[in-house]
Amino acid sequence: MEIQFILNQKQVTAEIGADAVLLNVLRDLGCKSVKCGCETTNCGLCTVWIDGKSRLSCSVLAASIAGHEVTTLEGVAEEAEEFGSFLAGEGAEQCGFCSPGFIMNVLAMFRELDSPGIDEIKEYLAGNLCRCTGYMGQLRAIQKYMQAKKTQKMAQRRGEATA
Amino acid sequence: MLTISNYVKAKTPEEAYELNQARSSRVMGGMMWMRLGNARVKTVIDLSELGLDQIEESDNVIKIGAMCTLRQLEECEALKEMYGDGIAESVRHIVGVQFRNQATVGGSIYGRFGFSDVLTAFLALDTFVELYDGGTIRLSEFVNRKPDKDILLSLIVRKSKRKFRYESIRQTKTDFPVIACSVVTGMVHGKETWYFCVGARPMKAALLEKQWEIPKDVSEEMLAEYARQAASEFTYGTNMRGSAEYRRHLAEVLIRREMSSILAEGR
Ligand SMILES: Cc1cc2nc3c(=O)[nH]c(=O)nc-3n(C[C@H](O)[C@H](O)[C@H](O)COP(=O)(O)OP(=O)(O)OC[C@H]3O[C@@H](n4cnc5c(N)ncnc54)[C@H](O)[C@@H]3O)c2cc1C
Ligand code: FES
Ligand code: FES
Repeated sequence: MEIQFILNQKQVTAEIGADAVLLNVLRDLGCKSVKCGCETTNCGLCTVWIDGKSRLSCSVLAASIAGHEVTTLEGVAEEAEEFGSFLAGEGAEQCGFCSPGFIMNVLAMFRELDSPGIDEIKEYLAGNLCRCTGYMGQLRAIQKYMQAKKTQKMAQRRGEATA
Repeated sequence: MLTISNYVKAKTPEEAYELNQARSSRVMGGMMWMRLGNARVKTVIDLSELGLDQIEESDNVIKIGAMCTLRQLEECEALKEMYGDGIAESVRHIVGVQFRNQATVGGSIYGRFGFSDVLTAFLALDTFVELYDGGTIRLSEFVNRKPDKDILLSLIVRKSKRKFRYESIRQTKTDFPVIACSVVTGMVHGKETWYFCVGARPMKAALLEKQWEIPKDVSEEMLAEYARQAASEFTYGTNMRGSAEYRRHLAEVLIRREMSSILAEGR
């Protein structure tokens, strides 16, 4: 069957089987950031956004997303890179395999929650497993990134006020 | 492995029901559970265009469409206003936000899973299921029915002044629960009534009803006795997550804490 949907703001068409899983369809369309890290639906590596919400692409039937909007790491490359530099800065990326899914869920969190506290962050990201760096570096990176964003915004506002 | 030959987005509940009568058809909720199983499905029926993804509140009931996600339950203001943080507590430990954005209420209830937090929470409340063919029946009755080819349209919670508490124990965050307990109390036909529901025993959730009048200043010893009594009326089993004896002990502790929390808040 043929499906059409919006992938990273572009209309795309894919020829798929009725049981095709979204993860594989996205990879075939060139979004290689989307990876499969488990066979039990609980690692979070395959996270993409569907209509703006974080979802596990390993468990989404591709046929069901016709007409919907999918965003992968490739679609938010600039923002991901900016946050990624904070991750690297905290040494929170050893193999980096978990990063694409982790970053997608972190960016979704920033869109949904306003300056989340440490417990809120932990809860939001509980479904993203990292098997080598550990979580402390990731948490530090998130906190520093949020701080940097806040400072940026304040500087911007000050700039606007004096302009 | 799961293989599917045809995918159909049903236009009406009737169409979904008719398609589902074939032996090799399956209704899909969020697919989270189904995709892990082995089956050769001829037609998979998607219910996502039937408008079943809303939570509607009226004077007497809160009606939760079968295609609502667990995340919608977690964030529902109407449920929170009626029953406090308990409903959110029952689902917030399930895997992760991404998972809960997808797993559905319909799939969770229809599955009647032994480990189900969702079932453990709603069974303790005044809950009904609306079926396409089978009408509206009590959840407690539905739980013990064998899976058939009907379609679950919604979960209906009858509003009543009840206090609700939910707790579970997990060996690691995001794992299945070792035990899950909900406690509800309120006046039923003029009598103070307590409902205890224990799930993941590891058998599916069961319900116990007691007409107990418990004074607010009940002693710690008496309360512990009530909790022991309630916990002892369930059966428990052993699996890789814990022994029957361990589960009975945990249930007793959780029930005591939940009762104590309700009494402290006042009914
Ligand atoms: C890795 C993993 C961990 C989990 N951990 C927990 C946990 O800790 N606690 C917990 O409570 N749950 C847990 N669950 C279960 C989960 O929360 C859902 O209950 C489960 O995935 C089913 O929901 P679904 O929407 O994915 O349904 P599906 O997998 O799509 O469907 C499940 C079954 O229900 C049928 N069905 C679905 N919707 C309907 C309908 N409207 N009418 C009739 N039949 C229908 C399907 O045909 C299928 O047989 C876990 C599941 C997985 C995969
Ligand atoms: S690949 Fe692990 S949750 Fe999707
Ligand atoms: S950095 Fe290796 S799994 Fe996270």
